[in-house]
Amino acid sequence: MRLGIPRESSPGERRVAATPDSIKKLLKLGFEVTVEREAGLAAGFDDASYAAAGATLADRAGTWSSDIIAKVRPPADDEVALLRAGQTIISYLYPAFHKDLVTSLSERGVNALAMDQVPRITRAQKVDALSSMGNLSGYRAVIEAVNVMQRPLRGQSTAAGKIHPGKVLVIGAGVAGLAAIGAARALGAIVRAFDTRPAVRDQVTSMGAEFLEVQIDEDGSGTGGYAKEMSPAFIAAEMALFAAQAKDVDVIITTALIPGKRAPILITADMVKSMKRGSVVVDLAAEQQGNCELTRPGEAVEVHGVTVIGYTDFPSRMAHQASSLYATNIVHLLGEMGGAEKFALSETNDIVRPMTVLKGGALMWPFEQARKPEHVTPHAPKAPLFSEEHGPPVFEKMTAFSKRSLLLLALSLIGIGLTAPPAFLTHFTVFVLACFIGYHVVWSVTPALHTPLMSVTNAISGIILIGGMLQVSSSTAARTLAIAAIVLATINVAGGFLVTQRMLRMFHK
Amino acid sequence: MTPSLLATSYIGAGVLFIMSLKGLSHPETARRGNLFGAVGMLVAVLAVAIQVGILTSPTVIGAALLAALIGAVVAARVEMTAMPQLVAILHSFVGAAAVLVGASNHLEPAANLVGAEATIHALETIVGVFIGALTFTGSVIAWGKLQGVIHSKPLILPARHLFNLAMLAACVWMAVIFVQGGAEATSALIWVTVLAGVLGVHLVMAIGGADMPVVVSMLNSYSGWAASAAGFMLSNDLLIITGALVGSSGAILSYIMCRAMNRSFLSVILGGFGVEEGSVAAGGAVMEGEMIATTAEEVVELLQDAQSVIIVPGYGMAVAQAQHPVREIVDILRARKVQVRFAIHPVAGRLPGHMNVLLAEANLPYDIVLEMDEINEDFDKTDVVLVVGANDIVNPSALDDPTSPIAGMPVLPAWEAESCIVFKRGRGAGYAGVENPLFFKPRTRMLYGDAKSSVDAILKLLKA
Repeated sequence: MRLGIPRESSPGERRVAATPDSIKKLLKLGFEVTVEREAGLAAGFDDASYAAAGATLADRAGTWSSDIIAKVRPPADDEVALLRAGQTIISYLYPAFHKDLVTSLSERGVNALAMDQVPRITRAQKVDALSSMGNLSGYRAVIEAVNVMQRPLRGQSTAAGKIHPGKVLVIGAGVAGLAAIGAARALGAIVRAFDTRPAVRDQVTSMGAEFLEVQIDEDGSGTGGYAKEMSPAFIAAEMALFAAQAKDVDVIITTALIPGKRAPILITADMVKSMKRGSVVVDLAAEQQGNCELTRPGEAVEVHGVTVIGYTDFPSRMAHQASSLYATNIVHLLGEMGGAEKFALSETNDIVRPMTVLKGGALMWPFEQARKPEHVTPHAPKAPLFSEEHGPPVFEKMTAFSKRSLLLLALSLIGIGLTAPPAFLTHFTVFVLACFIGYHVVWSVTPALHTPLMSVTNAISGIILIGGMLQVSSSTAARTLAIAAIVLATINVAGGFLVTQRMLRMFHK
Repeated sequence: MTPSLLATSYIGAGVLFIMSLKGLSHPETARRGNLFGAVGMLVAVLAVAIQVGILTSPTVIGAALLAALIGAVVAARVEMTAMPQLVAILHSFVGAAAVLVGASNHLEPAANLVGAEATIHALETIVGVFIGALTFTGSVIAWGKLQGVIHSKPLILPARHLFNLAMLAACVWMAVIFVQGGAEATSALIWVTVLAGVLGVHLVMAIGGADMPVVVSMLNSYSGWAASAAGFMLSNDLLIITGALVGSSGAILSYIMCRAMNRSFLSVILGGFGVEEGSVAAGGAVMEGEMIATTAEEVVELLQDAQSVIIVPGYGMAVAQAQHPVREIVDILRARKVQVRFAIHPVAGRLPGHMNVLLAEANLPYDIVLEMDEINEDFDKTDVVLVVGANDIVNPSALDDPTSPIAGMPVLPAWEAESCIVFKRGRGAGYAGVENPLFFKPRTRMLYGDAKSSVDAILKLLKA
């Protein structure tokens, strides 16, 4: 089975769907790989390195005649014309936006898999090109912003005056948003983030960003890890928040996408106007018409002194790394499809099926998943291991417990006081106080020395030795028992202290 | 020696023992602490020896010297991996000694007591013997399980709780007979010894290998209480103090262990973890995803690029004797200015603090060996986590799956790191028999094979 890697024809696209490293893995999966000449040149992989990895080099026609075509961008019209029935094409397709392309592909009778339709399930993460690319895009968004900004992000006090730290607002804390937060934090910015899904709050705060909220209780978690569209009231509150933030921050990075739809407008022209001159808006949703009203997809424009960046090729700007990640996604997908031996567009595979747009020319998209409950129902409920009586130490339970034990303690003290002879009570006093001292002293022992603690307490509990000694001057039978006790306890004392010493000698800085 | 002088030597010894435990609060003061303990013991023993005049008895001196020699040889020879066994067997000696002292005292009481005092004295004796015998046989079984002489699987008899209760009731009945005195007393004492012994065997037999740290610290505690009871019986305050110190120490260790496993003390000592009806087989959600295998070469590549590494060792590392090559890897990485730290879970190893001793033995500095609470927050800032021979202590289902048998147990979040490498012998579940979703996480890679040879392979590549 032959796999073809064509050169990307889309202007400005520098990525490639296979790298010399991925070629090796593809060969292992049993594929023959044909790479179009100069396919990887723009991403920093020359033809010789592909040949060295075991790929065959071919011209355009030779590549496009392969059984499977893997590429990055959706095929152009002239490329579609090269396809014939029975071939399989794997690339970004965005079938919701490219209806014509899907129709013309369907006419050719090919199989088509869309890399943008990877299901959002844990198992599919290895194939998820949107995530791997989103990660790079988020990072690059910050870099592009800094590139046109007229001030640094990191604050500093210098002899020539104080540099105030830059403020970055990230809207949408998905893969790209989180990567942007990370990059902006690493460059020293004060970062704020907004997302309609409360579940991402922890992720945002753990990266050192502030999580902004509106005072309306509404959960925007949609299916498949995307956010859903919100109520008008929520959107109004959200827009008010953005308007307020726009006056304050230096950079706004927007990443809000709704699958299969135009990206929501979040930053209006007025908001951009209200920003400080020299500020930057980076719109990562430009490919889906953008989150900013002023975004021009593919371009950076300056409006009212604010640069609005609407590039659609962020990953391509880091083509070398992006190609490696994309190529790995492709390898995983082909592995999931059974490798060369058992290659098939399985309708039962939970990764392949949702990605299948066309099968033998027949439209398979959109994939309507049989509604399964969100979570796997747990197996037959079992007797809880942590029942009411011995549950985890919850504060309320502990106090109830302590109350009871305190009462018990008081009662037993009264009981002992009423019945016990005075001689016993002196010993009892010593005992109770010693328990308290032991309790406090032992809590101060560092956990690293718990084993030495055990062996040293072991040694000193050999003090029972003196019990034996006190009995030794008795009659024969008692004396024999006492001597046996002395022997056992002495082993303990000597062994315990010496082994502790040996252990403690090992501890050094 | 006057009684007052004897009493002051007791006070001195008691203070030295307390200082000895206090010393263990830091590795730097620990050795001095141990010395304090030894001196305290010497003071106490000498004082009593002079008091009862046994310095002139060649039998006693000879026996004691021989015993000390045995103790010294054992202490010098024991492998650090075998520390749990040693500790267990030493506990059994204390238990046995407590029984012997109790029996001896019964045969030849020091003073003729009457009335309430006699009753209390008898009660003290019988309690001491009971705890002593329980500690003795329990520790022997614990030793056997740790040593591998006895199978570590819990032994579950039908109606075992009833059996325990019946034996306990019988002990109480015998104790009543003993306290009443008379001709039956001696045989009642023997009965209590035997029953407590059987009870000790049965209790520990029912406990699985994973719970051994708790059992050993529990027996540590018991040996202390046994000494304390003997102190009451002999009206000796030093025994009482020391016993109480040891008893509370063991109790605290048991508590720490239980908390680290999110188990109640009662559920541990009643035993049977991992085989309770429906507790494991049904536990845990179905795994999603797959385990992705990796190679030593890829791990080395990761390590070359890493700036911070956390190693999570488990008992498997000690069993495979991998700690020495691990130390060499750590040395190489540290020489390259990589931050390397160890994360120790309280129940890693077969004894509280066991991993620390094993790492110290491998010559690793203690300041890079951190406790769970000290390091847990740093996992998400770490490039590579190496999980060597550990499983349950890095199981995320403890936190996010309430149906898991280990739900609620605090764990080390190895999955938060940039990448996580799990060294594993094969594709089995952990010691507690629980599936581990960590292995299925997208950033986890599995390095299959014997821990020692895997670590050796990495070391070789790192050196190259």
